[in-house]
Amino acid sequence: MLKYLLKRFARSLFTLFLILTIVFILVRQMPIEGYFSNFDKMTETQIQNGLEQMGLTQPMWKQLLNFYTRLLHGDLGTSRVYYRGKPVWDILRTKLPLSVQLGSLAILFSMLVGLPMGTLMAKYKGRFPDQLGTVFIVLIQAVPAAVYYLFIQLYGTELLSIKLRFDEGNWISWILPVFSLSLGNIAYYAMWLRRYMVDESNKDYVTLARIKGAGEGRIMFRHIFRNAFVPMAQYLPTSFLNTVIGSIYIESIWSIKGMGGLLVDVIHKQDNEMILGIVLIFSCVGILGLMLGDLLMTLFDPRISFTKKAGEV
Amino acid sequence: MGLIKHPQVERLEQHVTEALKEDLSQEQLFAFAPFDEEEAERAGVVNYSYWRSTIRAFRRNWIAMALLLVLALVLLFTFIQPMLPGQFTPTEISNGPNGLPLKNQSADSVHWLGTNAIGQDLWSRVWAGTRNSLIIGISVALLEALVGILMGVLWGYVRQLDFLFTELYNIIDNIPTTIVLILVSFILRPGMGTIIFAMSITGWIGMARFVRNQVLIIRDRDYNVASRTLGTSTARIILRNLLPYLVSVIMLRMALSIPGAIGSEVFITYIGLGLPIEICSLGNLINEGRKLMMSPSLRYQLIYPTIILSIVTISFYIIGNAFSDAADPKNHL
Repeated sequence: MLKYLLKRFARSLFTLFLILTIVFILVRQMPIEGYFSNFDKMTETQIQNGLEQMGLTQPMWKQLLNFYTRLLHGDLGTSRVYYRGKPVWDILRTKLPLSVQLGSLAILFSMLVGLPMGTLMAKYKGRFPDQLGTVFIVLIQAVPAAVYYLFIQLYGTELLSIKLRFDEGNWISWILPVFSLSLGNIAYYAMWLRRYMVDESNKDYVTLARIKGAGEGRIMFRHIFRNAFVPMAQYLPTSFLNTVIGSIYIESIWSIKGMGGLLVDVIHKQDNEMILGIVLIFSCVGILGLMLGDLLMTLFDPRISFTKKAGEV
Repeated sequence: MGLIKHPQVERLEQHVTEALKEDLSQEQLFAFAPFDEEEAERAGVVNYSYWRSTIRAFRRNWIAMALLLVLALVLLFTFIQPMLPGQFTPTEISNGPNGLPLKNQSADSVHWLGTNAIGQDLWSRVWAGTRNSLIIGISVALLEALVGILMGVLWGYVRQLDFLFTELYNIIDNIPTTIVLILVSFILRPGMGTIIFAMSITGWIGMARFVRNQVLIIRDRDYNVASRTLGTSTARIILRNLLPYLVSVIMLRMALSIPGAIGSEVFITYIGLGLPIEICSLGNLINEGRKLMMSPSLRYQLIYPTIILSIVTISFYIIGNAFSDAADPKNHL
């Protein structure tokens, strides 16, 4: 097990290295006029001097080498435009907690609603609760989130009579962003849990439990739910990450000062070090999420073992 | 013999006995038989046609059929609309009797859905936007399918490429799609081509991986081994044995990536990296509407594009699901 994890970890590091290199090269393809606020009035030498100061005139491999040397010393660089001269890590450290809080609340809420919803849909398969749930799932999955978020903001703020702008201290203003952020996950959890539970309920062990005289409630929760939850567990960490990253739009329309909104902002300002810093954090969490998901699965289902799985192709 | 024989088995046995009756020399007996389409089909289910069964199964789903009709009408109308009498062009600014632009005019007989903040006709803008958004969505879906299937088959068949593709998949799967979308749209000049490219660049690998897994699983299944031993050509194995299993999911993915692409376009436009404002799209319209949404009398500028966008995306979603169920050979017969 340990050997497998170590191997997996080494591979993840390699993937991370490739991702960072690609994004690093991509970022340097951005138009140079974006680096200067008064590009039109500058002379050729001024531009050259400016670029040289930022280290952009060096050959790509040298820039990359510098970047990785700094990174290995635990230095993410300093912000150029967003907060001039402030280390990237210091900026991100203040932004990260808000995004994580928002994401955690959203995941918690979606599990509290999505899992019972999926269970109910499976229990009343083909009947009214199932059909109602299906309509909800289709609506949420088919209509782009970018659109229904707007309507939640529009009518939600009127209903609660609050401002459009997010206020961290006021708990009422947390409701709508968390709710919007949860909808996609609720639909996703409910859809998959329903499918897995329906699959499980057709299996022999359920019939046996019924013959033994176990109550329906007991069968539903002790037997079917536990087995159906195993494939869901694998997805949980990734869905948490997707929620934090997916909050780019939410954070932006509600003016929440978190990581998501920040990424869009720094890309517009061409603050290269900031972009790489955020991408690094997002990718790390993403890779960790995949690993954690697999670990969670072994926790919920003792039959799954990775040492065996790693041997197969 | 109390055994009840399947008529097909009986026919086959008869065929063998008849063949044995003929006085064949040793060489003739062990010579390879050439592939014969008619003979090959004889053991199969009579009168089974994949596409006929698929269409029959699809037609039974009346909701999907109704939405297909709606979608076809919408699609047709986006192209007919500019030719109808009394239409405006989407970028034309209408002036009122006093010579000033007719800003935020509510709906009347001239401007069927009213005008926007600078006096452009909303009705024609909504249809032009739908047209462009559909072009984006369908192009992305086609590109993804084309590249994805091609790469997927290569990935599955050519073993040397497996490592390369798997690594590529790990990378693309691990970079958040939003970041790629934003970076590509930022680096390239804004336009239809850029936006289609940005959206396809991450989408194809998912399709390729699916095709690859299916190719790996199916190609060595017993029935394919049997086909190959009987001398069936690779092309026929791919077309008749493999493809029917793939059609269902390929169609589903294509149908879902259309609403996905339309939604991404709205998001990219919101970030300010979408299409230039001269090109009308649902993303541009919704973004224009969003800026005015706080005044209830102007809210129609957000609501009309949203309605048509929802109709299109929901239709594609439901039709895709229904068709994928119908196209699964397991649901036939």
